This record gives sequence, structure tokens and C-alpha cells, in this order.
Amino acid sequence: MKAILSGNEAFARGAYEAGIQVVTGYPGTPSSEIITTIGSQYNDDMYSEWSTNEKVAMDAAAGAAYSGRRTMVTTKQVGMNVLSDSLLYSVYTGAEAGLVVVTADDPGLFSSQNEQDNRWYARLAKIPLLEPQDSQEAKDFVVKGIEISEKFDTPVLIRSVMRISHSKTIVELGERPEVPKEVGKFPRDISKYNCTAMYAKEMHAKVEQRMLDIEEWLESSDLNKIEWKDTKIGIITSGVVHTYVRDVFPNASVLKLGMINPIPKKLIKDFASKVDTLIVVEELDPILEEQIKALGIEVHGKDIFSPCYELLPDRLKEFAVSANLIEAETVVEKEEVAKFKDIPSRSAVFCPGCPHRSSFYVMNQLKVPVAGDIGCYNLGSMPPFNAQHTMGAMGASIGVLHGMSIAKIPENRVCTIGDSTFFHSGMPPLANMVHNGSRGVVVIMDNSTTAMTGHQDHPGMDWMVTKERAAKKIEIEPLVRAMGVEKVKSVNAFNVKEVKRGFEECLEFDGPSVLITKGECIFVSRKPKPAFTVNTEKCIACHTCFRVGCPAVVLSEEKFEKNGKFKSRIDPTLCNGCSVCSQVCPTGAIEAPEAGKRSLAE
Amino acid sequence: MKDINFLVVGVGGQGTVLAGDIMAEVGMLAGYDSKKSDVLGLAIRGGSVVSHIRWGEKVDAPMSMRGTVDYLLAFEPLEALRQLAFLSPESTVVYNEYKIPPVSVSSGLTSYPEENELKSALEATAQRVYSFNATDTAVEIGNVKAVNIILIGAFSAFMDVKVDVWETAIKKFVPAKYEELNLKAFHIGRELMEKEESVKA
Repeated sequence: MKAILSGNEAFARGAYEAGIQVVTGYPGTPSSEIITTIGSQYNDDMYSEWSTNEKVAMDAAAGAAYSGRRTMVTTKQVGMNVLSDSLLYSVYTGAEAGLVVVTADDPGLFSSQNEQDNRWYARLAKIPLLEPQDSQEAKDFVVKGIEISEKFDTPVLIRSVMRISHSKTIVELGERPEVPKEVGKFPRDISKYNCTAMYAKEMHAKVEQRMLDIEEWLESSDLNKIEWKDTKIGIITSGVVHTYVRDVFPNASVLKLGMINPIPKKLIKDFASKVDTLIVVEELDPILEEQIKALGIEVHGKDIFSPCYELLPDRLKEFAVSANLIEAETVVEKEEVAKFKDIPSRSAVFCPGCPHRSSFYVMNQLKVPVAGDIGCYNLGSMPPFNAQHTMGAMGASIGVLHGMSIAKIPENRVCTIGDSTFFHSGMPPLANMVHNGSRGVVVIMDNSTTAMTGHQDHPGMDWMVTKERAAKKIEIEPLVRAMGVEKVKSVNAFNVKEVKRGFEECLEFDGPSVLITKGECIFVSRKPKPAFTVNTEKCIACHTCFRVGCPAVVLSEEKFEKNGKFKSRIDPTLCNGCSVCSQVCPTGAIEAPEAGKRSLAE
Repeated sequence: MKDINFLVVGVGGQGTVLAGDIMAEVGMLAGYDSKKSDVLGLAIRGGSVVSHIRWGEKVDAPMSMRGTVDYLLAFEPLEALRQLAFLSPESTVVYNEYKIPPVSVSSGLTSYPEENELKSALEATAQRVYSFNATDTAVEIGNVKAVNIILIGAFSAFMDVKVDVWETAIKKFVPAKYEELNLKAFHIGRELMEKEESVKA
């Protein structure tokens, strides 16, 4: 049977067809839909969970694989930094059953703070790395990954990118193998599973030998394929970039690698000897290129293609033309194309009805320095708020806030962190603030979900993966009190005055304080209220309402005579009726809907 | 055969991704190799959303190159304009006339292009350009969310694919309780386009 699946749906299907029984991970674009799909489609066959962070997910996966369950962990590229601490010991131990880690990288930085190339992790950890080119291979490589993992007793890394995870291609579906329902007692094999130095010494030697064994096996594997065409140009590539190469160089011979760590040295030498010019096309870092050069083979790569961003077909073609690899086409672009190049962009904005809006409106007025974190609330760093001044990694905000305190900056200070991010890595730095006598306001923006990655659960919620599975909910307020924070204040995020008072109270406190702004994400409540309207008799076109940065608040075509500016209007198809704009309007011109009116945004 | 390249674009929250999913599914059901690649903005609602879809005997890259898109379906006029570079000279454009000004326009930092300027730029770049207010039509039939299926209906008038294939794909992606509404929306959009003489050309 055929189906058209996204890469992430295909990884989930691959887990099903590989007989995987346990899947753990932390949400992160572009990897999140793997576990979402498993939870909604394969819940009867596989246990899945959103762990509190990627390291916890990796430890849980190791424990399940030690116990004899085939296991998969999912992460986005930066989550791998959190996960790696635990991946590295599992490389030494191996497991009783197959263990694969899927990392979804983000060349092009569509939703990440950096463009790191996680292929390095396979080299650092000394584990096999598979890279699929489409959904079919995404599915097949999970099955293959489990096979390799069990054959060589090693975790296997599978690398996706946004263009695999979020693209859809046709997949031939297979069946799930028989897997035992029960496992036996836990193996008490200390020399295998306890990485104490005396055992770890032997484990390291095993890891080195294992990679040599895999390299030998790889030479005759069908994971790497040669497409012989014209031999003037020979291209070595892998992953989705292979599909770009086929569009841009239809006549070139291509060696497509399915496994890129270790590399098949003999096959590469052989391919290189049969082509006139050898080129490596890889996105981001020159990982294959440097290894091929180390074999003493002359090869082009980053001298032609940039190490930054995606190498989409158009861009690949431009680089190839400037290196005279292919001939330039004489296409004259219509003048309209250049004329309309700089049309207004759609910068990222909070959704209509977002609970974060009021806090950033207030922080913009308070002019305090704000350390930010990873989540939708980073949009508070954009106009019209400009009110989040740093952002770097999950949970970093609280530590950076503490650093401001240690540095004794002359003003009081704030940091913002979401509820899911707080559970992910916000608790250790908050304990650090309390213990080390810091001062500053930690704003926990509790919207009852992991919003930016697509609304997954976290420990502050009462379900797991899908709403049908009940879970124990941890309340944030008593938790931070128990951690020793003396000043804790919870406010309604949709009440601007209450939010402002909360900030003022906490800023006055001489010590670490926590302000919890509570308000559900519109994707949690899913109950848009009817739209507000602008009373044009009262509107004085002062544009204060635009300072809440809501896409539903737009300019009308009616001018206010006194200042010659256009009055405001609310788009009834976008407004969620949260009332924040009406609370900031100085003339009371933004009016609540009549009773009984229905929302158009439903 | 030559690949058929589509772009489906709009603003986050309009149901653009689902429309692209339907296009990709229809491609497979109609017997093509079918691929789709989405680029979503950072914002969940309010960002630009771009879906590339390609149908062919064997499709390589899941996205099209500049100047090679045959059909552009835009849920918002400004989003149509943003894709001029991708249009082939033989291309067909269908766009929704309902404007959603970016926040930068409302706050006075930038201005939205004039309607006639926008239309003539599309007409100068593509071969055929059609537009109507699909959002108003959706509100008229009782749910603004149906805008994506109305537009898919309009788009379907150009493709050599049977109506029941489109219906099968729509049923797969819309919630059961909205199935009837969406099938109605599909036919409203399709009939709006079929009225145009040049569509058959």
C-alpha cells in the first residue's frame, strides 16, 4: 500500500515497522511530529512520551533499551546538545535491543537559534549515521537503523533536516514484525552497563573496533548507490540534497551516500578514480569533504558552495554556474520581479488572543532589561514591543538574569520563560538564584502548553502526548515556593492592569521573585470569543492600540480630521475577543461585542 | 512528461498547509509521483506560509526553481505578489482578494501595494490571472475557515483530475463534522471558476 507521508510521519511509520516499542523526546521544530504521529496513530503498539527534556529522554531510552525494548529518541538539532551527555555513555554500553536517535537539523534556521550540523555528533560519539533523502528512506532507515544497532550493539544516529521532516513524498508501507510483549528481568551486567573508569577503558577499545567492523560491512552494503552518467563531473552527496543535485546536474554521475559515518573509503576511491572532476555537495559543514581530502583525493566542495544556509536547487545552480560547472541560462526576468522585491514582509507576531501580549506591552513601558528564552514569547523582542533583549538556549534566561545580578547592573531586571521551558531547564538556574542570593524577576509565562512547537504536553499539564492519556499535573506556584522563592505572584495574563501591578510588586522585592502570568494559548482553549469592534465616533486615531502588535488590529479607510491619520479597525475574521486592545485604548473606542454574537474566527 | 509545479501560499491561520496537503494527496491519487515542501514562518498565526507541490512521473527536489511554477494559488493578494519570481511565463494565478495587512503596515512602517498595481504586476508575469473574494464567500456560507476549500475548488477547475478524486482527498483531511460544509465550499469555488470562459482554454 502507498501513502503520501511527511518525513516525520515516515519516521513514526518506520518505528512501527522496525518493531520499536518505546519512543521518547522533547518537542522541537522540525522534529516534533514524529512523536505526535506515534501518539495518535500507533499508540497501541508503542509507548511514547514527551520527556521533560532531551537528556531525560535519552536516559529513559537507554534504560528501556537496556531492558530489552527497541527504542527511539527524537530531538531537534540544538536538543542534541542537551541529549549528548547521555548519548555518549550509551555508545560505550550498547544495549539489549536496538536504539536509534533521530535528530532533525535546521539548515536555513527556520525556527532555531543556530545552524549547527549534527553530523559532527556521529563523529564525536563514534556511531553510525544514516541520512535519508525523502520519506521512503526516512521510514526504511529507521528499520535499517535498528538492524545495524542490534548487529553491532551500538546506538545509531539518523539525521533529518527540515526539508525531510516537513516535506511529503510517497511511501510504500510495510508490516510490523512480531515483537515480544514482555521482557525478562533487568540484566545485572556491571561490566557492560556501568561506565566506571575500569570498565569504560575496555568499552572505549570496543567502540574503536566496532567502527572498523561497521566500515568493512558498509563497503558491500546497499546503503550507498552510484548513478553512472557522464563522467566529466562526479558528485558525492547525501540526504535531501541528492534530490536537488539531480535537478541541477541531470547529466552528472552521482555517488549517493545513505550512511555518512563511517564513510565507505574504498567505494569513494573507486568512484573518484572514474570521474574527471570530483565534487562534494553537502549543506553546512565540510564533513564529507574533509574526510575525502584526508584520503588524498582531490575534491571540490566549500570552495564552490557556501557553508551557510540551505543549498536549494536555485542556489545550488547559482554556485554551479559561477564555478563553470554548468552553463548559465539566459533567462530575462520580468521587470515586475525586481520592482516588487521589497514588499512588506510578515514579521513574526503573537497570534490574536495570545496571553503573552499584555506582558510585553507592560515590559515595553517599564523599560527594564529582559533576558529571554526559547518559545513564542521571544516574539516580544520584535516591534512594537522590542522588550526581550537576549535569547540563546533553553532555560538560559534565568541564568543570564542571575549574571546581571552578579554584575550589579544599576537597574532591576527581568527574565521571561515559558511553562514548558521552565520544566525543561529552568528549575536548576532558579535554585541557583535562590541559593546564591540573586535579585530579579523571573516571569513564568504559563500558557498551559508547549506552544511554539505545536502544543505538546509538559509536566504542568494533565495529559500525555494525546488528550486521551491522563497524566499527573505539577502546579508551578507551589513548586517555586517549595524551591525557596519568597515572593511569588500569579496574575491573569489577559488583564493588563493586573499584569502591570504584578510586575511593579515583583520589581520592588529585594531578592529573587517569580511572576506567573496565567492565560491559555488560543490553541489550548480553542474557544475564540466574538470580535471586538471600533466605535469610529470615539476613535481619535492615536494608534495606541497598535502598540499591542495584534494582526487583527488594522487601519481603517476613515481618517480622523484633527490629526489626518486613519482610524483603527478590527478584522472580525481574525479577532479572538481577548480584549487587550480595548484595555489600552484611552478613549474607550474599542467595544465589546453584543451578547449572543458568534465568532467568525471559530 | 514535464513536471507540474504548484505553489500554494497564504497567511498562517488561513488553512494553507491543509490546502497544500490536499494538492499533494490528489497528485498521488491521480497516479503521479507527488511531492510537497512547506515553509512556515516563525509565527503560528500571521506569518507567510509557502507550500511547494510537484506532480510528475518521477519528481526529484520537493520544491520548484524560480521561473518554473505553472500554477499559483494565493490565499492573500500580497502573498501572491511575493512569488512573482517563481512564475513561469505560461503560468496561471488564482488569488483571494481579501487583504490581511501585515502588522508593519498597520503601524505605518510600510504600505500595502495598490490593488491595481498588484493585479497588473501578476498579469505581466503570468499568462492568466483570476481573483475573487473567497473570504467573503466563506463568511456567506457560514464559516470563514472554509476559505481554503473554496480556493481549492477554484483551483481544481484548471486540473485534469476527476471531481471524485478531489472529494476523496478533501474528506481525508477535514474533520467529519465539517465534511458537508467543505464539499459545498469546494463546489462553490469550482463553479465560480468554471464560469470563466478562458479557464477551458
